[in-house]
Amino acid sequence: MTENSSIPLMEVRNLKTQFGENVIHENLNFQLHDCEIVGLVGGSGTGKTVLMNTLLGLKEADDGAVYYFGKNRSSMPVAERHTIDNQIGVLFQGGALFSSMTVRQNIMVPLREHTDLPVELMRELADMKIHMVGLPAHAATLYPADLSGGMRKRAGLARALALDPKVLFLDEPTAGLDPIGASAFDQLILDLRDAMKLTVLIITHDLDTLFTTCDRVAVLVDKHIAIADSLPKVLQSDHPWIQEYFGGPRARAALSAGAS
Amino acid sequence: MSTLAKTDSSAREMFALSVEGHELTLKAYGAWNLASAKICNETLTTALQPLDYQNVNYDLSGVTEMDTAGAYILARAIRCADDVCYPYTLSGEKFGQKVLMREAAEASMGRLPHQTRQWYDTLVRMGQATESFANETIDTLAFLGRFIIVLMRQLMTPHKIRWKSVVAHIEDVGLNAAPIIMTLSFFVGAVIAYMGANLLASFGAQIYMVELIGISVLREFAVIITAIMLAGRSDSAFTAQIGAMRMRQEIDAMTVIGMDTYETLIIPRALACLVSAPVLTFLAMISGIFGGMLVAWFGITDISPILFFARLQEAIDVDHFWVGLVKAPVFAIIIAVIGCRQGLAVTGSVDSLGSRTTRSVVQAIFAVIAVDAMFAVMFYNMGI
Repeated sequence: MTENSSIPLMEVRNLKTQFGENVIHENLNFQLHDCEIVGLVGGSGTGKTVLMNTLLGLKEADDGAVYYFGKNRSSMPVAERHTIDNQIGVLFQGGALFSSMTVRQNIMVPLREHTDLPVELMRELADMKIHMVGLPAHAATLYPADLSGGMRKRAGLARALALDPKVLFLDEPTAGLDPIGASAFDQLILDLRDAMKLTVLIITHDLDTLFTTCDRVAVLVDKHIAIADSLPKVLQSDHPWIQEYFGGPRARAALSAGAS
Repeated sequence: MSTLAKTDSSAREMFALSVEGHELTLKAYGAWNLASAKICNETLTTALQPLDYQNVNYDLSGVTEMDTAGAYILARAIRCADDVCYPYTLSGEKFGQKVLMREAAEASMGRLPHQTRQWYDTLVRMGQATESFANETIDTLAFLGRFIIVLMRQLMTPHKIRWKSVVAHIEDVGLNAAPIIMTLSFFVGAVIAYMGANLLASFGAQIYMVELIGISVLREFAVIITAIMLAGRSDSAFTAQIGAMRMRQEIDAMTVIGMDTYETLIIPRALACLVSAPVLTFLAMISGIFGGMLVAWFGITDISPILFFARLQEAIDVDHFWVGLVKAPVFAIIIAVIGCRQGLAVTGSVDSLGSRTTRSVVQAIFAVIAVDAMFAVMFYNMGI
């Protein structure tokens, strides 16, 4: 990995995305630095997941570019792009576990694909990941259909962590979890960041996650990132949508809980 | 960075071990990560084998990089049995490595799910297959019973039937299937004519081709081709549609809203099959006979259409036509019932959708042919 702190780990410059006539993002600029946890918020339909897909290369940008370690993703050679891809872990909204495989086999998929470790060791590493994300040991042999929503998210996270990525993208990780499970998940992200020196981008609507976990909050509004800064500074912004988002009763409750 | 996918073969000394009394000191150097995992794992495991100790001091000051794989392999030194670890101390660790080592020490070993026992498993699988066959049969019959009750109830109150849905399904099951079924039937009729022509010509009885084509197409082939095409086309579609709805909890939502699954999903499909199958069978009969007639005319023999139809009218009893046609609605019900039942039996996983669709088509074709055989016996005994 490039150990130059002046180059952001990931950078989006002047990104434009559109579906037909419908422009989703325009002049979108955004940076992600080493070892930080950034929360991405925005109203429903503002294209948060689309942005994540563009960052991952699942969708081509209509204009502008995505840079990883200072290099343009779309113009780098295929081999280098694969190397970068291996350093990115993704937890999709529904977990996206392969339903024909057990949890352990799911976690072993990236290992099988990208390493030449003996199967025995892969299995043990998969079990360690299962332990790290807080799943019980017996979950290893269960199929995704047998898991609850929270367990599925944890299993998805374990698979995202399989190759020890540098960057982790989480799409609504706490949506649909009970408050206990959600705050445990938040704590898990913090612990993993410390243990594995992760950089994390969390797409979330969960205000508690924003208050307790994120170092910075990026707000996607008016087709671009209006502000990406620490939460107190975001709160001082006078953008009407941001005022409404963080000024509502739910936000105030989360804020007072986070402050205490 | 680019070494992630390959094993670092140039592994120098990755660690140094020294034992004093019951204490092992493990000094690690260099990168302990996924790339070096294979070689580290092998050398460390071999090196630890002969040693005897009861606690471990890790010295991580020489470690340049460590990830979960590296931590896990280092933690091999403190494992003595499943879930039992020797106590250990760390020195020279960097931020985060302590957490990693703790996680690695706590992680349970990757155990195999269970040992396979070939004979035992064979017996178990045979038992399970038998049980599932019995259950399938009972469930299908139970479903058929409930289906008939709902169908009767609906026929008593025809205004409650969802006619729009029925018509939409007729378009899909009947109209859209007509071209392919007619084409297939045409070819089958032609093939029968070709096969019969040679055989009958050898004892100068070419004219009996008309009976051969007429009877075989009218009695069997038209209806069987229709049924098999419906099983392949519509039955699988029913299972997939209803199965996907089941997976996305749409069926549950309908039940909660108070819509009867049988009335909304199954009856319209069954009625569509019931209407379409006889029509399709009739079309298949026409095109099958037409195919045979063309071969009889242009092919090896020289039977003109006028002669062909005169002979057809004279030699073939209308009973043959009815025998073929009467089977169509029965097959239609079989196909609709099996397709819908398998769709409702889908559970949450993608696998179950696939296996249910397969099972649905196989069962439908099996049932169609089995019932056709029963019809043959029945009609023989009735003298038709």
